[in-house]
Amino acid sequence: MGKYIIKRLGISLATILVLVTVVFILVRLMPGDPFTSDKMTPEIKANLEKYYGFDKPLIEQYFTYLKNLLKGDLGYSMKYKNQTVNKIIEDSFPFSFDLGIRSLVFGISFGLVFGITAALNRGKKLDFISIVIAIIGTSVPDFIMGALLQYFFGIKWGLFPVAQYLGFKHTILPAIAVGFYTLAQVSRLMRASMLEVVQQDYIKTAKSKGISSFRVTYKHQIRNAIMPVVTVLGPTVAAVLTGTFVIESIFAIPGMGKFYVQSVQNLDYSIVLGMTVFYGAFLVIANMIVDILYGLIDPRIRIAGK
Amino acid sequence: MENNLELKNLNRTEFKVVGKNIEKMESITRPNLTYWADAWRRIKKNNVAFISLMVIVLYILMAIFAPMLSKYEYTAIDSSKMNQFISSKHWFGTDELGRDLWVRVWRGARVSLTIGFVATIMNTVVGGLIGGISGYYGGTLDSFIMRFIDVMYGIPRLIVQILMMVVLRPGIEALIIAMCITGWIGTARFVRGEIYRLKEQDFVAAAKVLGVSDFTIIIRHLIPNIIGLIITNLTMAVPSAIFSEAFLSYIGLGIAPPECSWGVLTKTGVKMLRVYPYQLFIPAFFICSTMLALNLLGDGLRDALDPKLRGTE
Repeated sequence: MGKYIIKRLGISLATILVLVTVVFILVRLMPGDPFTSDKMTPEIKANLEKYYGFDKPLIEQYFTYLKNLLKGDLGYSMKYKNQTVNKIIEDSFPFSFDLGIRSLVFGISFGLVFGITAALNRGKKLDFISIVIAIIGTSVPDFIMGALLQYFFGIKWGLFPVAQYLGFKHTILPAIAVGFYTLAQVSRLMRASMLEVVQQDYIKTAKSKGISSFRVTYKHQIRNAIMPVVTVLGPTVAAVLTGTFVIESIFAIPGMGKFYVQSVQNLDYSIVLGMTVFYGAFLVIANMIVDILYGLIDPRIRIAGK
Repeated sequence: MENNLELKNLNRTEFKVVGKNIEKMESITRPNLTYWADAWRRIKKNNVAFISLMVIVLYILMAIFAPMLSKYEYTAIDSSKMNQFISSKHWFGTDELGRDLWVRVWRGARVSLTIGFVATIMNTVVGGLIGGISGYYGGTLDSFIMRFIDVMYGIPRLIVQILMMVVLRPGIEALIIAMCITGWIGTARFVRGEIYRLKEQDFVAAAKVLGVSDFTIIIRHLIPNIIGLIITNLTMAVPSAIFSEAFLSYIGLGIAPPECSWGVLTKTGVKMLRVYPYQLFIPAFFICSTMLALNLLGDGLRDALDPKLRGTE
């Protein structure tokens, strides 16, 4: 197991290093020197100069940049003085994290329930309904889902608050919009996995031992079927993060995604790049944790990893 | 009991020897179906997949011809006709600048579908080549490529796309390039796995023993074996490319006005949602129905292109 974790850690570190290097190179490739503009105040210019060290040789710039990142310093805004990436993340990350966790919990729990119900009622109405929900979930992009939910439940029928993030009621629509894709993926996978497990010999054995059908379903079938579902958690975290980007701007939630989109529209490149590094590193680490967890749960993976 | 009685009543004279007709027994009664003819036959039998295919063909035809045949230009601004609802003059209404939405939707379809298909095909070709070479030749080259892919695979696709779009100037080419930078990796991984498995099989060994060149083995033996999987993969990847375009355009990094795409239309639609909801519903419908049709077609193709399932339906 130790060897597996070390290998996974190595790949993740290499990935982050590549990402950071790519960002560094891209900054230099940007057309038309985006870091200078007439409106820039001298203070902002000094900040950028200090952070990127444009006057030094390229190699030195690269190591300055790495050193800054290692210290956790992600850069300065080129539009507003005193605005730093760290400050934005500090203020907005809790909102995004909260929304992300809520949508993951929603997507995974409902996805599992739908998948299990579908598999237990194979070919019946409930199965059909859960398949339709899964298809909708994979075919409707989250920003469209968010806008439609906001329009119908918020504006038209007035059941939920239209925007902002103040209480539990405010979190429901955004969490559904972000988590729906996860729900669809999990329920599809869980259904397929449940149907496969049903044919295994150990289910027959359990049944022939006279165990009640509830116990067979709960203790034998679901427990074994849930394993492959863990593999989608990695991609799911990425999907949830993508979702928060747009959903936060639709529902006016002061999270990271909203600031990111705002910075893109303001052409505040240094904020965009700083936040991109943060996002990238966050996702790489989240994926690594999911992989290691999967290795812990399923011994076959870590043997294959050796 | 009754059967026995009837049998007893049967008379030998009522039967005659017809003999064996070897030629007839050995002849092929049904026309020889090629792989593609068989796949086509099975797709036609699968209603869901066939309707999906028709929807996609219809959208492609409309994307090509609808903007040409309409009397409106997709950029023509008319301040006297702002935000008009669906009417006989403007089939999908007009937007905030008085532009005809029917033309803009199909113009957007051109852009969105072009990006979706071109980016996916390029990814498949590049990924297939790299994965194929890596899997077929193996050795140091293979392990080098695989380590590289391991590292690249970890970088979130979206992050790379955003970075590329920040650097490149917004537009169709930029979007395609941004999607191709990392898009090939998934295909390369899976093609490499398939080739690696196939090249150990007896028919490849037989071809090698007979002195068939590497090139011919790849063209005649390996590619036909995985082409079905590749096409299925390709179909399933188009929706995610269309989604990426819509997403990037939505956050302001994709297609820049006055050019329009389904993502740009959705963005305007969301802005106008409170007052003119149809401006979101129309492009949303087209994005969702295209993604749905492609997903369902992919499901159908997976079954139709799998020769092992031949004759099971």
